[in-house]
Amino acid sequence: MDKVFKALANPTRRRLLDSLRARNGETLGGLCADLDMTRQAVTQHLRCLEDANLVSTVWRGRKKLHYLNPVPLHDIYERWIEKYERNQLQALSDLKHNAEGD
Amino acid sequence: MDKPQFVYVVYIATTVEKLWNALIDPQMTATYWQHENISDWKPGSRWEHRESSKERKLKLVGSVIECSPPRRLVLSWADPSDEAHQEKHSRVTFDLEPVRGVVRLTVTHDRLEPGSGMLEGIKEGWPKVLSSLKSLLESGQPLPRLW
Repeated sequence: MDKVFKALANPTRRRLLDSLRARNGETLGGLCADLDMTRQAVTQHLRCLEDANLVSTVWRGRKKLHYLNPVPLHDIYERWIEKYERNQLQALSDLKHNAEGD
Repeated sequence: MDKPQFVYVVYIATTVEKLWNALIDPQMTATYWQHENISDWKPGSRWEHRESSKERKLKLVGSVIECSPPRRLVLSWADPSDEAHQEKHSRVTFDLEPVRGVVRLTVTHDRLEPGSGMLEGIKEGWPKVLSSLKSLLESGQPLPRLW
């Protein structure tokens, strides 16, 4: 999970994820077109996203296609947000029951 | 070859056999997916995806395109109202691969109709299902109700 937070803690990498959200299955060349940086730098950012399992890849012939993989983000959501929200809702419900005297 | 529309990957600390069973056993899928996957899992056979509620409503149907336990399962995937319309069937491939002591599960979904409700539902659905499957196999607890 450290790798996921590290990967997300960078504006270029977040932008790459946004590009894939819009155009899932994009090539390196297609992703470079959105960014004002060298191909090599984009490759490194993509590798970091792949290591964190936020990007999955498929080869089609000589083309490597990149896909947004939101599964690790869902794990984070479940671990912190969903549980937190459930506790809040339970606390509000208890407060209501106490205040209403039942 | 078709370009896939979605490629989801999850690493699960389990064995390929247990993970395979979790994809094809109706009681297992009911536990983490709240739907039963029902078939004899022979190539060409029909498969059904039914709600594990009392009504057991049929939510998806399709046929088994390839079944190579415990490594690869390929299914056609359609709304029950589109069962007779082959051109509206999308395709889901499950690839299971042991990697450094865990199993990498890759779910590839292609042949989806652009703009269809199925395409939108899938974006929401797969990450939840795969998180819940991972949680069940690693901790014995699925995620609470997904739907």
